[in-house]
Amino acid sequence: MKIRAQIGKVLNLDKCIGCHTCSVTCKNVWTSREGMEYAWFNNVETKPGVGYPKEWENQEVWNGGWVRKKNGRIVPKMGGKLRILAKIFANPDMPQIDDYYEPFTFDYEHLHNAPESQAPPTARPRSLISGERMDKIKWGPNWEEILGGEFSKRSKDVNFEALEKDIYGQFENTFMMYLPRLCEHCLNPSCVAACPSGAIYKREEDGIVLIDQDKCRGWRMCVSACPYKKIYYNWRSGKSEKCIFCYPRIEAGQPTVCSETCVGRIRYLGVLMYDADRIEEAAAAEDPQDLYQAQLDIFLDPHDPAIIRQALQDGVPQAWIDAAQRSPVWRMAMDWKVAFPLHPEYRTLPMVWYVPPLSPIQAAAEAGALGTEGLIPDVSQLRIPLRYLANLLTAGDEAPVKLALERMLAMRVYMRAKHVDGRREVRALEQVGLTETDIEDMYQTMAIANYEDRFVIPTTHREYAEEAFDLRGECGFSFGDGCSGGGDKIDLFSHEVRVGPSAGGRSDKVGAPR
Amino acid sequence: MGDWLHILVFGYYPYFAATVFLAGSLIRFDREQYTWRSGSSQLLRRRQLIMGSVLFHIGILFLFLGHLVGLLTPKEIYHAFGLSSGAKQMLAIVAGGVFGIVCFIGLTMLLHRRLFDPRIRKTSSAMDIAILAILWLQLVLGLATVPFSWAHREGGEIMVALSLWAQKIVTFQDGAADYVADVHWVYQLHIFLGLTIFLIFPFSRLVHIWSAPVGYLGRRGYQVVRTREGRRAA
Repeated sequence: MKIRAQIGKVLNLDKCIGCHTCSVTCKNVWTSREGMEYAWFNNVETKPGVGYPKEWENQEVWNGGWVRKKNGRIVPKMGGKLRILAKIFANPDMPQIDDYYEPFTFDYEHLHNAPESQAPPTARPRSLISGERMDKIKWGPNWEEILGGEFSKRSKDVNFEALEKDIYGQFENTFMMYLPRLCEHCLNPSCVAACPSGAIYKREEDGIVLIDQDKCRGWRMCVSACPYKKIYYNWRSGKSEKCIFCYPRIEAGQPTVCSETCVGRIRYLGVLMYDADRIEEAAAAEDPQDLYQAQLDIFLDPHDPAIIRQALQDGVPQAWIDAAQRSPVWRMAMDWKVAFPLHPEYRTLPMVWYVPPLSPIQAAAEAGALGTEGLIPDVSQLRIPLRYLANLLTAGDEAPVKLALERMLAMRVYMRAKHVDGRREVRALEQVGLTETDIEDMYQTMAIANYEDRFVIPTTHREYAEEAFDLRGECGFSFGDGCSGGGDKIDLFSHEVRVGPSAGGRSDKVGAPR
Repeated sequence: MGDWLHILVFGYYPYFAATVFLAGSLIRFDREQYTWRSGSSQLLRRRQLIMGSVLFHIGILFLFLGHLVGLLTPKEIYHAFGLSSGAKQMLAIVAGGVFGIVCFIGLTMLLHRRLFDPRIRKTSSAMDIAILAILWLQLVLGLATVPFSWAHREGGEIMVALSLWAQKIVTFQDGAADYVADVHWVYQLHIFLGLTIFLIFPFSRLVHIWSAPVGYLGRRGYQVVRTREGRRAA
């Protein structure tokens, strides 16, 4: 056993209002640069829909994630190392920018300068790549916002698998939900596996997956290999970039920007400990529907004294073990089983998990009566089909999703009885296998969702790893050339010469490590 | 061509180009690794790239290997294997011709795409365009030598002279320039431009050649984990 700890995340979709605050704050902080205009480390999609880039979930198109071979081993769906190298001159599995969208701005200046005319002047779109006029904006990171576009196009969504999807194209039966997406910081990342340069790596101390911008050579295999399409090729720098899980904030014990700014308070961050030696075994489970359980099985109980001893021995700091014991992610994923990995069938063992959304009871309006199972409304009558959620979260296995939804409904029934009728409705709890303490905890974490309950993030112990004294006089973030930006406007190696604050302390490089 | 100019170009220029090539690459790798990349534009436009890039790369790799082996193998060695100088020249003509055409088709597609696709043109640096144009010109010059080699196919003296020049240069011997004094100016121009490509190599996207990721095949397993100290964990 080799114990590692990771900061995991849960998104409670039941409370997501689709406001895109997470996306916008993330964009402003990390990707408002030339070359990355089209990239959204975090974006919110309306499901059902094909998403951004188009059909990202359809691995028959993009060949992302892993596949299990007959001999029980897993290989990237793009192919083994030789096949990946064979794609290096031109990668047939890579989306073109139009599959995301061509970034644009508007001719605002025209509004100021337009001569007098019959019709009011308009600001027409202009490409941020070629600078040319664009006839029409055709796609974007939230293009299908609140069921935008025809059903015939949106219904290409692969999560309709095993559903009579035509029914859901009818107005009376239509349904929707929001899905905020970001890098999953997987335990078994296929982007790392496919990077021929070895530039992508998982950090041992907190599990964050990063691309070394100095080592990336722009072979762009990671873009295809990531089944969530959350690696973006920066067409200006020629390097790939991805969500960095706001690691400078995480290291300081602060939540990521998307989590901090979430107005619905749907995001949770907490430590999970897992057995790193069993990652491959878990990812190679034969039946895709067993992958969810297999991943649960490698998470380790932070209250078990034997685990704690081993964790300390493996170099997990005490503060991290303490945080793991209070982790909201552990509680939702392991104790209450209400959170699930996104598309476990990709075999990447993702670490950003989702609480499925409840939805109105379909039959209630028509029949005037609620179908119930005991005290809890029948979840199979929810407007969002159970199977759809299962296809998204458990490779199609409805039972765990059903139990999670029932537990959330039981929480409502119990709390309503407590606060409205002033009585203890215990029968609802028995039905879903939870105690009153569980429900009170769930309520505190998921409904009240106080800041300190949502974010339990230990600070990184830099002092264990490096001499802080050596770091004095460092230039902080730079674009790969340390503190030196060169002395003049001519740049021998043809990249943009940055003038001004972003160039860093130009002349005084104090023997700083990269 | 004056004697001193000839010696400058074929006797000294190779060393100047090689020095800049090696030192420039080293400095850029050490100081500016953020700029060290292949510079792919596939994201912006697939069209013409898939076919063009594959043909170009296959062609140029074989051409490069052919030049390397052909120029630097001493004639005693291939004679010992029973390959006469004339036969070797025929081999160079045929292999060079075939892969030259493959490369030419690919490179022409890439150059056309770079110049005339608005997205690619607008996002290209001057060097991106220059390097493609120079490679294209160099390839055309290389193909233009084929008829001359064909005309002198008996005996294979041309290839012997060229390879002696190359071997003298890389072994730091005197009088290398004399060997190419009498070859046709097409060859001379081809050599000069070839040396120039080495000269501008560190300042262009060509540096990605140094990073051809063959080491990937030898990576243990698939995953990469880094500890804080920067060493690789299991």
